[in-house]
Amino acid sequence: MDKNISFTLKIWRQRGPKVPGAFKEYPMKDIPGDTSFLEMMDILNEELINKGEEPVVFDHDCREGICGMCSLYINGYPHGPATAATTCQLYMRRFKDGDVITVEPWRSAAFPIIRDLMVDRGAFDKIIQAGGFISVNTGAPQDANGILISKKVADRAMDAASCIGCGACVAACKNGSAMLFVSSKIAQLNILPQGKVEAGRRVKAMIAKMDELGFGNCTNTRACEAECPKSETIDNIAFLNRDFIVAKLKD
Amino acid sequence: MWLVNSSVGRKVVMSVTGIALILFLTFHMAMNLVAVFSERGYNAICEFLGANWYALVGSMGLAALFLIHIIYAVWLTLLNRKARGSERYAVTVRPTTVEWASQNMFVLGLIVVLGIILHLTDFWYHMQFAEIANDMVLAPGGDPADGIALMKITFKNPVFVLLYLVWFGAIWFHLTHGFWSALQTLGWNNQIWIKRWKCISNIYTTILMACFALVVIFFFIKVTFLGASI
Ligand code: SF4
Ligand code: FES
Repeated sequence: MDKNISFTLKIWRQRGPKVPGAFKEYPMKDIPGDTSFLEMMDILNEELINKGEEPVVFDHDCREGICGMCSLYINGYPHGPATAATTCQLYMRRFKDGDVITVEPWRSAAFPIIRDLMVDRGAFDKIIQAGGFISVNTGAPQDANGILISKKVADRAMDAASCIGCGACVAACKNGSAMLFVSSKIAQLNILPQGKVEAGRRVKAMIAKMDELGFGNCTNTRACEAECPKSETIDNIAFLNRDFIVAKLKD
Repeated sequence: MWLVNSSVGRKVVMSVTGIALILFLTFHMAMNLVAVFSERGYNAICEFLGANWYALVGSMGLAALFLIHIIYAVWLTLLNRKARGSERYAVTVRPTTVEWASQNMFVLGLIVVLGIILHLTDFWYHMQFAEIANDMVLAPGGDPADGIALMKITFKNPVFVLLYLVWFGAIWFHLTHGFWSALQTLGWNNQIWIKRWKCISNIYTTILMACFALVVIFFFIKVTFLGASI
């Protein structure tokens, strides 16, 4: 059994996108170490509701590290100090008795704050809509195993596809760049024969959308891959650069 | 034009100009090394370059490379600050895999530019410029091709030696990131190559900057302790 700890939460509170926000401190008492970070936030919210105060707004859904909905910038790390894990997979045993835990929202111009710790990550959906798909004609679908793909290629595509679109890469980047996300979403398709056909068009459309939505220019600091809960690497970014340059040179 | 209005394109411009500048530095370093072995040889190179048309064309190309690299750097930095948003994090941590240089390229670049200004006033002004302006009073002892004399005058002063070494240090930091980063931007990278490129960047940059430093220190010692005439 993990032991119980007491600590202080310093949480960013902001009522709306346009209202200025500020940190507020909340003392937490006797939280068991095997509580997940989000469960701990639930405990806090329950206390706040019982006291008649406004609960803290934060994003979450699956709570098992697969949906990419949870966020939170904890003590200087997107998704907290654990590596290759989302906030929902973070447990309180990582913290010490008496700690001050600072919780901030993702901060990036392209992810405006909706309220408290919740930001609008709709920009990612728009990038996907711009080209993150494979066009197929309905009516005569091919058998899935009709095109043979080597294990190596399939694995590589699968690795890229494991990106859950959480936005931690943007949150970690000093340039507010979305390159790790976009490159993963491009690589997962462009690597495969089914996706290759539209590779050039896809990469151009998705980059154009990314730039239009106000994400920054990647300067290869590698902060994204250090914080990505799915361990995406900047390989993907090199891959994207290559495909983009080739597509542009072809024009 | 994709080199202007797409993020990847802008980075390609940074990469290509950056690599060209590294090549220039390599060439410059090789030239400096000659000074250690033969003063006559070095002055012959100065004479050969001087303000001849090919040297002027080269200098202009070089100036253009620098300008493009600097203008894009300012532009990208401004864009990226805007993308980051006005609200800053209260707590930030630099993960161990993130090089310090990679997050401070602009500041390092500023130091490099200051060094270039110093270097141009110390040397270029008295050599190529003196020849262009046809004003031999500017030149050391009336000979714009006497680079050796200039080196001795400049590096006799320990303050200049120190300033140049600091400058080299900043370039070293700038290049250890810039070198592999340029190749990453051009798409020549993956899990295996990133290790190779990083290793090559570090070794290449270290040799390059060590040779520059060596020449400066060599002349400092030669003039100060070995009493070489100026
Ligand atoms: S690349 Fe990683 S950090 Fe970025 S959105 Fe995908 S899973 Fe999240
Ligand atoms: S809540 Fe789904 S990944 Fe964390």
